[in-house]
Amino acid sequence: MLDKSYYDKTDEIIAEHGARHASLIPIIQDIQAQYRYLPLELLSYVAKKIGITEAKAYSVATFYENFSFEPKGKYVIKVCDGTACHVRGSTPILERLYSELGLSQEKKTTDDMMFTLETVSCLGACGLAPVMTVNDKVYPAMTPDAAAALIRELRG
Amino acid sequence: MYRSYVMICGSENCSSIPGHEHLYNEFQNQIKAAGLEKEVMVLTGSCLGICHEGVGPNVAIFPEGSIYTGVKPEDVAEIVYEHLLKDNRVTRLLFDETVTIGNARSVEDTEFYKKQCRIAMRNCGIIDPKNIKEYIAKDGYQSLYKVLTEMTPDEVIDVVLASGLRGRGGAGFPTGRKWKFASGNRGKVQKYVCCNADEGDPGAFMDRSVLEGDPHSVIEAMAIAAYAIGSDHGYVYVRAEYPEAVEHLEIAIAQAKEYGLLGKNIFGTEFNFELEIKLGAGAFVCGEETALMTSIEGKRGEPRPRPPFPASKGLFSVPTILNNVETYANIPPIILKGAEWFSSIGVPSSTGTKVFALGGKIRNTGLVEVPMGTTLRTIVEDIGGGIPNGRSFKAAQTGGPSGGCIPASLIDTPVDFDSLSKIGAMMGSGGLIVMDDSTCMVDIAKFFLEFIVEESCGKCTPCRVGTKRLLELLTKITDGKGTMEDLNRIEELASFMKDNSLCALGQTAANPVLSTIKYFRDEYIEHIENKHCPAGVCKNLLTYHIDPKLCRGCTACAKACPVHAIVGTVKNPHAIDTSKCIKCGSCIEKCRFGAIERK
Repeated sequence: MLDKSYYDKTDEIIAEHGARHASLIPIIQDIQAQYRYLPLELLSYVAKKIGITEAKAYSVATFYENFSFEPKGKYVIKVCDGTACHVRGSTPILERLYSELGLSQEKKTTDDMMFTLETVSCLGACGLAPVMTVNDKVYPAMTPDAAAALIRELRG
Repeated sequence: MYRSYVMICGSENCSSIPGHEHLYNEFQNQIKAAGLEKEVMVLTGSCLGICHEGVGPNVAIFPEGSIYTGVKPEDVAEIVYEHLLKDNRVTRLLFDETVTIGNARSVEDTEFYKKQCRIAMRNCGIIDPKNIKEYIAKDGYQSLYKVLTEMTPDEVIDVVLASGLRGRGGAGFPTGRKWKFASGNRGKVQKYVCCNADEGDPGAFMDRSVLEGDPHSVIEAMAIAAYAIGSDHGYVYVRAEYPEAVEHLEIAIAQAKEYGLLGKNIFGTEFNFELEIKLGAGAFVCGEETALMTSIEGKRGEPRPRPPFPASKGLFSVPTILNNVETYANIPPIILKGAEWFSSIGVPSSTGTKVFALGGKIRNTGLVEVPMGTTLRTIVEDIGGGIPNGRSFKAAQTGGPSGGCIPASLIDTPVDFDSLSKIGAMMGSGGLIVMDDSTCMVDIAKFFLEFIVEESCGKCTPCRVGTKRLLELLTKITDGKGTMEDLNRIEELASFMKDNSLCALGQTAANPVLSTIKYFRDEYIEHIENKHCPAGVCKNLLTYHIDPKLCRGCTACAKACPVHAIVGTVKNPHAIDTSKCIKCGSCIEKCRFGAIERK
């Protein structure tokens, strides 16, 4: 059971966008921005408040890549796999990070909740390819070694 | 009024370079120290289009238009004292092309810009996007004034029709016709004007640049479109991955409201227009028009069959027009300078210009805007500066996951809607990725399919299942298990998907595969029959060897190997245990003697 403060905050967000079906996506985007993930309890709560079925809300939330029901790590790393980054070698970077962090396509977050590793399709920084981001800060012209060094630095 | 403006590029390609964050303050401090604070203004601007590797951060000084590249905080004092105080140029930092040309003082004279023609990006990097006054000073909102006070809605549509403007988002549908379809029953029914800023094609970032660098041009154009079709409400659907674009657009909308350029009774006329921003949530298919609209409605962003077309039944089931950012950015100049001026640029069937995001294996990466019909050779060799590292041009990929590859033999193809579709490629949104001989075409086809499999919404079977099967066939080939029969299966499946998918995503999903088979069939056959990847990319077909004659036994490779597959003692030739080798390439990076070979 989530703390009451979560529901109060959600009420605030719903009020801001209006309790309508068309507001579903902006509402859950704001919830996700607030908590860095979308707690399932809150999704059900929102569905009830704006008058749609839980199933419908769930189908929308699972359709879009950006929503996550799982809490994310302290550092969210995104490796760009746009075309420009791909031809300049983003795959070896991703593979090195997987092995460095002990993660895989299925397991995206480390057990200590420090790192979440994802790919993103084109950040539009193609001039600096290959790029990756850590909590939205862009790191340009990466190599597998530089990526591994960055992880060690973040671990402290 | 200031004598000079220092514009620090604030776009992603420059701002993520270390040191960029100190430039603004350093300029302010040095300008103050030189006593120039009343004469020189420092601004954070947007992308100038020159995003070459190792070039940024860029700083432009106007009105002369000098561009300094790779500016570090410690360079600022020199620029201020030499350029701004003494009117000299700091040659070592000038954009190198301006230097090789001699004493050229402006970037306009460089190869990179000379062959360009900037209409959609006319203000990008030149004005402060967060200040509406700068847009207005560049004739901004004059077109809106003109249509509201001098033109009827039908006249506006006629001008857009006559200009020959075609949608820049991919399909190239004539914009004026779209507007005309939606123009019936003005004032009697609710209608919407939407802007597609869900720029999802990997490798394309011109819409982002326009939104970040010149958001008012989109707002103005949408208001013009609303007047033309009889709407009073608009939505801009922006990708959430572009926070800066969203921020600039929010500021621009607020300023336009404050100036009475959005809201009720614009320019004292009867015309009202409100504009809202909707954020995407990470679904590529939402770039498809019907999917985008269902997403704005708060639903799963799945496409639906057409007809009915959005012009009659779109967002919330009312007539809606949807145009892409770059398309809108062309509208104000068309209104102001006339349809004839616009249609005189480009070629008859594709008028005006197109912005390309030049990337991949090319010297000058960045955004370039050229007249339609410019040859690929001009874009790649003259503007792009050719292929770096002494390698050769192999192909260019246009149109992203819906497009195709243009091989070196067709490098003189004019780049316009019809010429590209004739050779099996497509304009698409304008991503132009250059590939050299180290790029494997089978791998590229597979790369795009992986993207599509991930992004297929799953609503229709031809796309959901077809893309998956296609990817399996390609994976078989890159794993060295393919047969010639698989090539036929791919072609058969591709044509089925083209005919039967619900939306363009599935209909065009096979294009990258088909065009690479068409132009690089030999490379596919080499993978299938000889189990060999000529470009040395497909991992399962590669093996690593150490040439004992070249190896000095320095042990650098053995230390770098993550799986300890390299054996040998100091000062004696090493060897790779291929059963352990995971083919990561770490050893090649470390070897200083070129002793490691990848075959």
